[in-house]
Amino acid sequence: MKKKWWKILSAVLLVYTIVAGLLGPVPALPLLQETIRNLYFHVCMWFAMMILFTVSVVYAIKYLRSLDLRHDIYARQFAVTAMLLGVLGYATGAIWASYTWADPNKPLLNSFSTIARDPKLIGAAIALLVYSAYLILRDAISDIDKRARISAVYNIFAYAILFPAIWILPRILPSLHPGNDGNPALDVKNDISASMRVVFYPAVIGWTLLGVWIATLKIRFQLITDKKLIS
Amino acid sequence: MKIINGLLATLLMLAFTATPALAQTSPTPMADLMRSEGRIYVVIAVMLTILGGLLLYLVRLDRKISKLEKE
Repeated sequence: MKKKWWKILSAVLLVYTIVAGLLGPVPALPLLQETIRNLYFHVCMWFAMMILFTVSVVYAIKYLRSLDLRHDIYARQFAVTAMLLGVLGYATGAIWASYTWADPNKPLLNSFSTIARDPKLIGAAIALLVYSAYLILRDAISDIDKRARISAVYNIFAYAILFPAIWILPRILPSLHPGNDGNPALDVKNDISASMRVVFYPAVIGWTLLGVWIATLKIRFQLITDKKLIS
Repeated sequence: MKIINGLLATLLMLAFTATPALAQTSPTPMADLMRSEGRIYVVIAVMLTILGGLLLYLVRLDRKISKLEKE
């Protein structure tokens, strides 16, 4: 294992997240109650996803500047890992919403149709679909250099869609999803309580490092398999 | 060895004799950590086990890839 320290840091932070996240004091809010602890897991998936997509687009730009295929591998694997985290964020959000937003007095399908119309969910779905088109586009091109170049350009385009879709669009339309005013989760004065911040920020770092670890493993494996192409 | 065998035998005997006794006294709250505070520690144990398993998997994968890189 090369450069171990940040992998150990990730493991320590995640253990801390689970222990402090489940035992630490949280404000008892109506509707949310104990589910507010999902902040340390659900929200962190999206934070880690955004950071990894940012890393991916940086490598896409680096590829376009250098035409080094290594950068293309980096961009692709970071994007795939970010998508995995995004799908996990979506799935955990679906569970969370089912027990906080859904009206238990209405039939399940009725309240589902109301929730599914929420702009934040549609925005997140658009962003993830745009990125899945990135993978389809890549695999449809057989020429290696052309594939790398077109997918790097598309990666930049997808990144330009990501933030309007998950941040700007839900702010324009009325949304049930919290975190649409100010700087959600980063506003020290008015947002999440101090007792939650001491768990939330380490949790974001821990989950992001775990994502980076998975991505680097995929990159290193891809570099071994494509050794002949790169050198 | 004999001591260990003896210990094991007594433990087994204790385990079998203790179960019915525990079942009878179940309404009394147990002082043990894993059964306190709504048994949230059990959830923590489960989540830590899953996390540990995933991390172990990543470490092993990391080692294997490192080995391949050296070749």
